[in-house]
Amino acid sequence: MASTIRVRAVAGAETTEVQSLIQHPMDSGFVKDANGQLIPPHHIEVVQFEHDGKTVFTALWGPAVSKDPYLKFSFKGAKKGDELKVSWVDNKGASDSLIAKIQ
Amino acid sequence: MRCALPISLMVFVAAAGLTMSALAAPADDFKAAYAAAERASKQAAALKTQWTTTVATLKAAQAAATAGKYDEAIALAKQAQALAEASIAQAEDQATAWKAGVIR
Amino acid sequence: MLRKLLLLGVLAFGAAHPARAADTVDPKAEFTAFRAYFTSRFPKVALDDFVNGPYSMDEGLRKQWKEIEEFPPYEFAVDKGKELFAKPFANGKTYADCFPDKGIGIRQNYPYFDPKSGQVITLELALNQCREANGEKPLDYQKDDMAALTAYMAFTSRGKRFDIKIPDDPRALAAYRKGEEYFYTRRGQLNFSCASCHVQSAGNHIRTEVLAPALGIMAAMPIYRSEWGSMGTTSRRLTSCNSQVRAVPLPPQDELYRDVEYFLTYMGNGLPVSGPGARP
Repeated sequence: MASTIRVRAVAGAETTEVQSLIQHPMDSGFVKDANGQLIPPHHIEVVQFEHDGKTVFTALWGPAVSKDPYLKFSFKGAKKGDELKVSWVDNKGASDSLIAKIQ
Repeated sequence: MRCALPISLMVFVAAAGLTMSALAAPADDFKAAYAAAERASKQAAALKTQWTTTVATLKAAQAAATAGKYDEAIALAKQAQALAEASIAQAEDQATAWKAGVIR
Repeated sequence: MLRKLLLLGVLAFGAAHPARAADTVDPKAEFTAFRAYFTSRFPKVALDDFVNGPYSMDEGLRKQWKEIEEFPPYEFAVDKGKELFAKPFANGKTYADCFPDKGIGIRQNYPYFDPKSGQVITLELALNQCREANGEKPLDYQKDDMAALTAYMAFTSRGKRFDIKIPDDPRALAAYRKGEEYFYTRRGQLNFSCASCHVQSAGNHIRTEVLAPALGIMAAMPIYRSEWGSMGTTSRRLTSCNSQVRAVPLPPQDELYRDVEYFLTYMGNGLPVSGPGARP
């Protein structure tokens, strides 16, 4: 099955810019379906980015984040060719991770 | 000769009759108002120019009647009819007026 | 009775103005005028850029859009559409068997006027006709699988220039004319026509949204709207536009919707397919 994570990391002179798109329903738990039933909460709780054994970015998500969330941030200390690990865990305990090469 | 009803009973029956018809009137009035509104609404729908507010107001009128709130129901039915008629007037006017906006 | 009066009114009008009876439809002239209106009103916008709708009208929006395009929200739909497109029906045939060029790179030719059935065929209608001809159930016209399929087909056609034809057939001209009438007719309790927003107020704000110009407005279909959090086809946008002006929407592939799509896409002839698109 294809990964739910798409990531692009580009190393610049000072910082590495990371963009990612994660496929996830991100149901808040407040929305009702066509039959008037509440759709139970199903959303990512933690997203983590690791480089060289260190966590460079952590996001704690919840009901306020929309479906298929897009994320962008920069960090220092990486260079082209390095590996960047992305992983997420949701409130149902499901998870996914991906290792991408920094361009 | 048949005994006539005591006057008091006759008055009571007459009053009851009056009260009964006074109670029946709002429901009938609503039926009439709703029927007129529904007719206009169907006409608008046939012209493909139905307004969402017409449909919603008609529904609200029916709901109010079902809850026994006849005054409100009649007012809503009349409003729905006005909305439907306005949408029909819009369609009639637009049948020729639209040409004025065409980019030439 | 009302219809009779309406008809009478139109006839009387026609009789009193014989010139109007000879009023022929000239799509080519109207196409030229339509394009000239927008290019002269927005001289700083490159012709091809009109297909980017609100992003051609607002610099701040364009910046955000460029960022989003690095990881477009419709990407998942395109991938899904590719899978769906390749998957054979129960009888072994595929969508490729229904379309010219195996269905790849053909978005710019839709919608087209079909002389056999005498009606306008949109891409969505063609897809469901393909399904039904092969014993499959039709798809919902507005979203999900239908939107994924059209997203994929639009993606394979990116950059190709729209080439909608109006054959020398009075029925095709009538469809164009009906579509044009639909576009300029005010509707709903809010009394807006498509033109109210996309011609008169193109580039202006409506609440927090920037209104796209009508020129090339079909080029980015289907679209991923952030508001929907999902993909939607032209039908989805037309039905939501209708309810937004408080007009009861028509069924998704109603003749009038197909006609207005025919008219609008024709007006965008020569502009490139930019779909699938991302919109606020």
